[in-house]
Order: sequence, then structure tokens, then C-alpha cells
Amino acid sequence: MESISKDNVKHIAELAELEFSEKDIEKITSQIERILDHVANVSSVNTEGILPTSHVLNIKNVFREDMAEESVTQESALKNAPDEANDGFKVPKID
Amino acid sequence: MEIHYLTAHQLKDMLEKRQISCTEIVKSVYLRIEEVGDRLNSYVRLEKESALSRAGEVDKLISAGSDIEDFMGIPIAVKDNICTKNITTTCASRILENYIPIYNATVIDRLESRNYILTGKANMDEFAMGSSNENSYFGAVKNPWDTDRVPGGSSGGPAACVAAGEAVCSLGSDTGGSIRQPASLCGVVGFKPTYGMVSRYGLVAFASSLDQIGPLTRDVEDCAAMLNIICGYDRKDSTSINVEVPDYKSFLKADIKGMKIGVPKELMVEGIDREVKEAVYRTIKLAEDMGCIVEEISLPSLEYALSVYYIIASSEASSNLSRFDGVRYGYRNMEARTLREMYRRSRAEGFGDEVKRRIMIGTYCLSAGYYDAYYEKAQRVRTLIMGDFKKAFEKFDILISPTSPTTAFKIGEKMKDPLTMYLSDICTIPVNLAGLPAISIPAGLSGSKLPIGLQIIGNVLREDNVLKAAYSLEKAIGFTGKPGL
Repeated sequence: MESISKDNVKHIAELAELEFSEKDIEKITSQIERILDHVANVSSVNTEGILPTSHVLNIKNVFREDMAEESVTQESALKNAPDEANDGFKVPKID
Repeated sequence: MEIHYLTAHQLKDMLEKRQISCTEIVKSVYLRIEEVGDRLNSYVRLEKESALSRAGEVDKLISAGSDIEDFMGIPIAVKDNICTKNITTTCASRILENYIPIYNATVIDRLESRNYILTGKANMDEFAMGSSNENSYFGAVKNPWDTDRVPGGSSGGPAACVAAGEAVCSLGSDTGGSIRQPASLCGVVGFKPTYGMVSRYGLVAFASSLDQIGPLTRDVEDCAAMLNIICGYDRKDSTSINVEVPDYKSFLKADIKGMKIGVPKELMVEGIDREVKEAVYRTIKLAEDMGCIVEEISLPSLEYALSVYYIIASSEASSNLSRFDGVRYGYRNMEARTLREMYRRSRAEGFGDEVKRRIMIGTYCLSAGYYDAYYEKAQRVRTLIMGDFKKAFEKFDILISPTSPTTAFKIGEKMKDPLTMYLSDICTIPVNLAGLPAISIPAGLSGSKLPIGLQIIGNVLREDNVLKAAYSLEKAIGFTGKPGL
């Protein structure tokens, strides 16, 4: 597998909505490289005709009757909000 | 023995005979917590006042003639990634430092219906990511057997407090060994049930296809009794299995004559301490003496289990942890001027290093161009691992291995290299990938007086075999060690 560049890592950080200092980018790039290098051994396994498992249980969609039930009140839903206004979550402007 | 070192079933007997009150039990556990002080750091929050008031209520129920059920009035610690209504649930992360759930996890509702007593919320690796409990925002947990050493992780707090007498038992969560490995390193019993047997509703998700809640206890009997309470279908968890729940205590029989035991050679190879291996072989000999048939077996695809786990668990984590964005709950950077800046700075400041590392690995494995090579490939190899176990269980009732390749290691020893740390879970990880039930029981002490754990793995929904073997071997091993703390 290909090696991973600092620019790769910056791109991934952007996708993950994370940010790192220049110094940390260096460190995390080498750590990610080492971990990916280790896990890449899965590529050597012959999986021809083997289906992927996303879940160990043989479960199907779970349906329920569409019945109204008691739910979370607005007050309790906002209880942990870092900022609120007009009975809603308040966030900085969307750029 | 001191009250704080008794098991839940011993305390239940004493409550029934009116030899002790619930208030006395709770007081003695808090006395012990105060005596231990900050030497272990096993709790992130104590609930002493409410525990004492609930103890008083339980005593009233008992004197009014109420039946004493299992865990009624018993002080239990809960890992801090399990939601407790109106009590902070932090996942040992700065990002959830002040998070107060508005609902209980299903397991908490079930315990409350039995009148359990919550001692407090137990420390852990941040978001359950780690094998040493050094990744906690609230500081590392220490091993009660040697405070220079780690208790294991991620349920380091739940394991340490049960081992040290700071709770009678505890609830943890296990994604790749997070109950069994710390149980092993702290000399207690830890059980990961079949995936889907315990509701995950209210467990803060790490890797949803692997996470499972389970008990940490002082003996197998308490473990079975706890499974009776926490197992069972829950409509609030769409991955909950709807099967009849057996009486797990009915499997506590010291009779395993004729049981077929497989020893996977892939779990007994390089990197396993000599003393750990010897303890496993000693236990195997005990099993043979009791009439078990023991054979070595090969599960070749286990060689890839660690890789498969780190790809799948990190991928699921990167998706699950996207919910922590500073909008609805949790830490927010208040200086950010735009929404995306707020997301980034809140997450960068709120998450610790290991959590960020796993989000990065997961995001990479799921990103365009790499999905097939990593995530989907890992899912295919996961199928092969499940197939190897399936084949093994056609021939064997249980599989036996070490729980952890080593006894407790020194604090700081493995923090420099994430990959070395990941190898601590080499024996436990395959079990989660296949959704199997498995237990760790103490198998003795090493020369330097550190506990060694034995892992017993059963087929899907065959908790009966696991408990039978664990109960029988526990009696045969006769481990009674307590830390000198």
C-alpha cells in the first residue's frame, strides 16, 4: 500500500472535522503510517467469493407500529445545549 | 473477611439473615473508598449521598418484609460511558465533561428495578479506547495489586474498584476486550455476553457492531446473577436479540465431565508471557482431571484479527463520534466565528490523542479510494474469522486461552507506541469480531504477585457452557488472592 503524506493527513483531518498543529501533524502522520502499515496485512488474505460481514447477527430491519409515544420534552432536549435561543440550539453563522 | 470484600451473594445471605443492614454495607464500601483515597483514581464521580439515602429506603423495604432479590441494596459501580439519568456521564472525555443524560441506559433501569445502589461512575479510557486506562481525561487508573502498574482498559475503573473493595461489582463495556482484559489484570471475573444479549441503549457508542455491556464481579456466581438482570430483549435497541433468557444461575454446576475443550494455538504463540502460558496449561490439566477432553486447534484467520478489528472499530468510531460537534451537548469552543470552525476547534480541544488517532484511521479507511482496500476487505476477513470459530464449535464446547498476553504492565510502558498497546488485546479481539460470549477468570498469581486471567470462549448464545466451565474451574483453581492495598 502507498505511504501517507502530510497533505493526505490534513485532508483526512478536514473530512473528520479535526485540526492539528503543524507539529502534531508530523507525529500523527508517522503514527497513522505505522498503524496502516500493520493493518494492511489483510490485503494478503484471499477473500474471493467471501461476503463482507457488517454485523454478526442475521438481523433484518426492525419495524414497529407508527404510534405516538411520550418523547423528550423541548426543555430536557436543550438541557445540555452549549448555547440556545428561541427554544432551539444556537450555533455560529454557517460559512 | 472485611465486608467490602464479600460477594453480592454472600451479602444477600447476610441481609436475609438480618446479620447486616444495607446501610452498613454501603457505609463500609465508602469507608473503603475513603481509605483507598486517590491511590487508584478508579472513580470519576461518587454518589455517596444518594447511595446512603437509597440504602435507608432499602432497609425500610427489608424491615417491611420485602423479598430480598439479587443485588438489592448492593453497591455497584457503573462505567462512565453508560448513561445515568441526571448524573454526569463523561466517557472520561473533556468533550462530555459536563454532560448530564436525560435518560437511563436500559441496564440502569433494570438494575434500579432491583433496588441496586450506585456507588459512582467508574473511570475508563476515553470513549473506551485503550487497554491501560491511561487515556482518561481525568487521569490514569492504577492497578490495586501494584500502583505503578496499569489496571488494563478500557474498563480499568470498573475492574480496579471491584478488586480493591471500592464496589461489590460493576458494569463495564467490551468492544475488543475492555471488560475481560482489565478483569484479568486486576484478578476479578469479567464477562462479555453474546452480541445482542444486553441492550446497548444508553451505552455511548464506540463501535456499534462490537460493543457489549457486561459485569465485572468477584466470582462467577455473581456474574451469572448479574446476567440474569441485564440480559434480555429491548425494543429500544434494534440489534437486541429476541430470544428467551435462560436462568444463568442454573448453569453454576461444578460438573464438566466430558466437555470438549479446544485450545487455539494462534492464541498461545509468541508474545505470551511464560508465566501466563503456564497458568493456562495448569488450568487445562485441572480440566482434564475433571474429565474434559482437551485438544489443540488451529483458527488460521485469527492471525488477521487485530488488523480487522482496528479497521472496523476505528471506522465505526469515526462515524459514531461525528455526533460530538458542540451543537446539542458537550464541549464547545465559544470563540469560533463560523460553524465549521466551531466543529473543528470543539473536537480538536474536546477529544484526546488516542480518540483523534482512531477517528483519523477510521476516516481514512472509509474515505474514497481506500474503502475497498481497508473497510470492505476487513469485513470480508471478518467473515472468515467467524467461519473459523463456527468450525471450531462444531467440534468443541468451549475454547480456552489466556485473556491477556501479559500481566499488568508499568504505567507509561506502552504509551509511546499505539501499536504495542493494541497488541494487549490480541486474545480478546477475535471474540468481539465473531459476537461470541467469553469470560475471564483469575487463574492464579505470577511470581511478582500479579493476577493472571484465563479466557473461556463459547459459541453464540452458549453462555451455559462458558458459565459451567468457569464455575467448575474457579472452584478447582481456588483463587482467593486480594491486593495488599
